[in-house]
Amino acid sequence: MLIHDQSRPGRRASALAPSQAPEPTGIPAQLRRRERPRLPEVSELQVVRHYTRLSQQNFSIDTHFYPLGSCTMKYNPRVCNSLAALPGFAERHPLAPVEYGQGVMACLHDLQEILKAVTGMSAVSLAPAAGAQGELTGVAMIRAYHLARGDHARTEMLIPDAAHGTNPASAVMCGYQAREIPTGPDGDVDVEALRAAVGPQTAGIMLTNPSTVGVFDRNIEEIAGIVHDAGGLLYYDGANLNAILGKVRPGDMGFDVIHMNLHKTFSTPHGGGGPGAGPVGVSARVAPYLPVPMVEREGEGYRWLTEADRPETIGRMTTFGGNMGILLRAYVYARMLGREGMARAADFATLNANYLMARLQQAGFELAYPQRRASHEFIITLKHEAKEYGVTAMDFAKRLLDHGFHAPTTYFPLLVPECLLIEPTETETKESLDGFVEAMIAIRREAQEDPQRVKDAPHTMPRRRLDEVRAARHLDLAWTPQQADEDGDGQ
Amino acid sequence: MSDIPADLKYTKSHEWVRDNGDGSVTVGITDHAQEALGDIVFVEAPEVGRQVAAAEACAVVESVKAASDIYAPLAGEVLEANAALGDAPELINSSAHAEGWIFRLAPSDASALDALLDAAAYTKVLEQED
Amino acid sequence: MPFIPHTDDDIAAMLQTIGAPSIEALFDEIPAALRSGERDEIPPALSEQAITRLMRLRAQGDEQPSCFIGAGAYDHYIPAAVWQIATRGEYYSAYTPYQAEASQGTLQVLYEFQSMMTALTALDASNTSLYDGATALAEALLMAVRANRRCKSKRVLIPRALHPFYRRTVRTIVEPQGLELIEVDFDAASGQTPVERCAALAGDQGLAAVVINQPNFFGVLEAVDALTDWAHEQGALAVAVVNPLALALLTPPGEWGAAGADIACGEAQPFGMPLSSGGPYAGFLCSKQALVRQMPGRIVGRTLDADGKPGFTLTLQAREQHIRRSKATSNICTNQGLMVTAATIHLALLGTEGLEQVARTCHANTARLCDQLCALPGVERAFSGAVFHEQALRLPQAPNTVLERLASEADLLGGCALGEHYPELDDMLLVCATEQRTEEEMQRYATALATILNAA
Repeated sequence: MLIHDQSRPGRRASALAPSQAPEPTGIPAQLRRRERPRLPEVSELQVVRHYTRLSQQNFSIDTHFYPLGSCTMKYNPRVCNSLAALPGFAERHPLAPVEYGQGVMACLHDLQEILKAVTGMSAVSLAPAAGAQGELTGVAMIRAYHLARGDHARTEMLIPDAAHGTNPASAVMCGYQAREIPTGPDGDVDVEALRAAVGPQTAGIMLTNPSTVGVFDRNIEEIAGIVHDAGGLLYYDGANLNAILGKVRPGDMGFDVIHMNLHKTFSTPHGGGGPGAGPVGVSARVAPYLPVPMVEREGEGYRWLTEADRPETIGRMTTFGGNMGILLRAYVYARMLGREGMARAADFATLNANYLMARLQQAGFELAYPQRRASHEFIITLKHEAKEYGVTAMDFAKRLLDHGFHAPTTYFPLLVPECLLIEPTETETKESLDGFVEAMIAIRREAQEDPQRVKDAPHTMPRRRLDEVRAARHLDLAWTPQQADEDGDGQ
Repeated sequence: MSDIPADLKYTKSHEWVRDNGDGSVTVGITDHAQEALGDIVFVEAPEVGRQVAAAEACAVVESVKAASDIYAPLAGEVLEANAALGDAPELINSSAHAEGWIFRLAPSDASALDALLDAAAYTKVLEQED
Repeated sequence: MPFIPHTDDDIAAMLQTIGAPSIEALFDEIPAALRSGERDEIPPALSEQAITRLMRLRAQGDEQPSCFIGAGAYDHYIPAAVWQIATRGEYYSAYTPYQAEASQGTLQVLYEFQSMMTALTALDASNTSLYDGATALAEALLMAVRANRRCKSKRVLIPRALHPFYRRTVRTIVEPQGLELIEVDFDAASGQTPVERCAALAGDQGLAAVVINQPNFFGVLEAVDALTDWAHEQGALAVAVVNPLALALLTPPGEWGAAGADIACGEAQPFGMPLSSGGPYAGFLCSKQALVRQMPGRIVGRTLDADGKPGFTLTLQAREQHIRRSKATSNICTNQGLMVTAATIHLALLGTEGLEQVARTCHANTARLCDQLCALPGVERAFSGAVFHEQALRLPQAPNTVLERLASEADLLGGCALGEHYPELDDMLLVCATEQRTEEEMQRYATALATILNAA
């Protein structure tokens, strides 16, 4: 039942609102709303009960193992949230004078320095609001770099075929054509195809390393050489940074621009789909184009760097310069890991992934890249199960929910058929991983004995499988009063 | 094996073309294509009056999990789009070669029709894909 | 080891299963020359207790006095229930609801948010949010240019009386795609954006979209009906940028002019989001039904499950980057889910009546404050246009000096000086008194300003 369906005219959560305010006589009548908006009219207890009960219909890291590949669903420490919510941080107006912001600015400055050190880049801006915006920012800086040199011929961005969909979408948003580079049979970028593709039209290449197929591209130095020799820049998609944190730095691999997903590597909350934070780091030659604002240390204090200080900046990415509350959470997390804890995140993320991969292989599941080490994630393909039992990767995913596990990423990357992309993260116990393996084995057994049971899954969730075709053909995107009359019985 | 009527012409990108004999052709996607896409939920048809080049992407067919470009089999002017698909895109699933047609085109060079695949040649294309 | 559960026995057993001699061996595919060690620039680890001490100290230094600054971010009361529920782990630590059956909570919240935003804007469809108000406008303009197929140009008219940071952000995001942003100036007397000035800039290549801001950056209410009708006469889409709180009182964009605005967007921060130095907030974007397939971002639809029970799922996904890749409507994948959860709970708690009371109180407080301030010699309302809950005032002294003295002598943040963004308005201050400001604070403001101006 929707909160709207519980509404009764005249019911109010009246403890909250200010006392009776006067008629807004200063607003001309012709600009006044004729009909009041139909928002729910419910009591405070109804609201609390409704949204508490809705929350119980979610899987989350706090309730379930959540091995969603490429999303780094590790534990989000509670202390990060409570410290970012301290009144001094939460109640500060973005345009308050810097004298009332030295605390938050000190944290942001320190975070810039930590991110520089751990990525090997020469400067960092925290401005982008999410990973995809970090990509847009990064590609826009590459564009600004070429244009500033008077090089207008670079129209193409090279992108491996296995890349996240955001890569080509971000390149196009910056006015580039996306050109695909194939992946070789071992999971590394096809270097010969890359060599053939580069030229004076190449603006750069967008790479994830470890790649979206879960392996570290061993030819990265050669790739960097090929693209740099052609005059292009290297863009690092930081989606998989957790796998190499403290082990190898994008700056040392030859990358010119990177973005980081703080909601992945630095454990800020995923929040049902955001907010994220997507800081960007750059090599020295791209530094003038970083988005503003940035924080600079000046004597004992801190100040904002804006367009006035950085005339070549590509500009602002959001109204007030970034998701500060998320950056504070990432800062707390980074300080708790400390210098020695960075590599430990990668160590145990990689240990967990390789252990889970080995166990699934030993249980008879087929790996997409059996000859390779897993990074922090790996791919299995269920094409045999699909062919022999008619049970697809999606069916396995749905049945896993019944076993109390969130599904891995399904059908990505597109080049592996019937695939599950599995990322356990470093914060899971061996027992969780063993339980997942047992569930996979049980589902396969069920697929042999009673495939329909798997195809009809889930059976224990608040809803059975949702009809997505109906959702798309008969769009119902909002409650309306008319609907309330039709569905008088609620849900 | 999907249905491949002998009276139609085909493209490698899985469009079918019917010669209406009045200087216009009708275009749709093949039975094989609709099967591969699954339940169609939306069709973005080309605007009437638009001039399209051969092999130009000019319409989009969407399923829940994919969006597929439809390419003009011949150069020409778009005469009509199938209005019925607006409310019932599933016509492409139920009747790919008839009621599920997507648009009508006036080819600028009618003889180009002869260069398209016939049913036998399209059957071979599908066999090679498998 | 913080957050890592492995015992020595676990590690040994796991390595044995893998068949690797050490954890280090798992990194043997990385070229040795590239490997890096610990970085001295990164400080050593802190315990939870130690980081708590450090952050409390820093936060204490940031505690701010009474705030009369608005300018795109507003100090509203947030009921205690909002964040206590929104930070439940089931919301806080879930991700994008790809597995609908295990995400009905998040999906229903998003559907309810869409329903609340369409009710406020009187439009048909809403997405589940974008990063913030400025990025929502950038996406709205890209959407308008895609949708307006009759217009062959990518020219967009933007009022100069729109928030300067919105204009700057929009430029960063849309210019690489060839959109041409044309700024139309405001009337110096009224603070409004006159239709005649728009007409003078229309040009002969047509306009793809016209941005209409209600209220505008100066708090002034625009003649939205006339602007919307004019935009439509030009063949342009009307793109509304609105403060959603103001919509409790003002004509919703869907009812502007004869046909209504085509797209409405803005900043949802007034709905339960702490000021937090500027983010995270949430942008909203609503449109008429006909444009829904050009919308960026996640959209939730109501459907049925295999048993015929109503339920929710992400829909229209074929617009998005993970399917359409280079042909997607936007590169966005993250929305601001957690902020939207807070906004939805906030709106449910306030309801129709509560929201209207907040809006009315803000309007009344700002009017009362300005009455008091304008009683002082040399202080006057800078524009004649009616306002919602912000007002530009003309001062007889340099606004920046006045602001510094208000902070140091009366412990209050007196507003936003306009000169930095509008050089010709360098004698003006933009003030805002939300429902949070008390009679005592407003009185203190007036008394302090009198003292400062007298002393000159």
